[in-house]
Amino acid sequence: MTLRDVVQIVDGTVLCGDDNLGREVHLGFASDLMSDVLTLLADDILLITGLSNNQAIRTAEMSDILQILFVRNKRPTKTMLDLAKEHGITIITTPYSMFRSSGLLFSKGLQPVY
Amino acid sequence: MHVSFQVQAGDFSNAGKVSSTVKGILKQLNLGPAHIKRIIVALYEAEVNVVAHSYGGTITCEVEPESVDIMVCDTGPGIPDLDLAMTEGWSTATPEVREMGFGAGMGLANIRKNTDRLAIDTGEDKPTRIHMCFDLADGATHA
Repeated sequence: MTLRDVVQIVDGTVLCGDDNLGREVHLGFASDLMSDVLTLLADDILLITGLSNNQAIRTAEMSDILQILFVRNKRPTKTMLDLAKEHGITIITTPYSMFRSSGLLFSKGLQPVY
Repeated sequence: MHVSFQVQAGDFSNAGKVSSTVKGILKQLNLGPAHIKRIIVALYEAEVNVVAHSYGGTITCEVEPESVDIMVCDTGPGIPDLDLAMTEGWSTATPEVREMGFGAGMGLANIRKNTDRLAIDTGEDKPTRIHMCFDLADGATHA
């Protein structure tokens, strides 16, 4: 699915990276644990997290993850958004929970990493 | 190529800045993406450890055509039981570190997984020195 599909499925709002909504994403990984994210080998991942701080963006950068979905209306700070823009990371927020977001995206074809 | 950086204890807002800078350097040197990823994941885990658990320290990187050597040295307080610390799930992280998304006891194990050779010199009330070596067997660097 494309990031545009992701936004539609989770009733999301794009906070940065609008230019990349045509980008395809095939895998999803939901976690608030950044060390867990750092164990992933695949690149083509949508990170679904409720952890809204600099380390979520840094971890995505280190893991070559180019899209993050923040759940439960978590609002990244300007510093986080600036960091995301600097590294070409698209940031989406959704009012849905991590469970609901993951379930909806899985049901529409987003694949799990494990 | 040799670069060196200071890392401040407890400076969570800047944790990862060194790893980000090194990632940019490795990209400029045309290392393959798979090499860059494992080097940077290991370095980032080590950098976060210095910020979260130490009194501060330094990171030095040597990039050669065949290998990358990274030394992460702090000024203490050291790891009393290294074997225990290498066990996945064991952690002494503070609530502040856990709020950052770390402190699940996976950092050192993740570092070991991503390095070709790893040496850790530490002890109670001693500095910790982590030496990480990465082979670039396919000659991925053209610098």
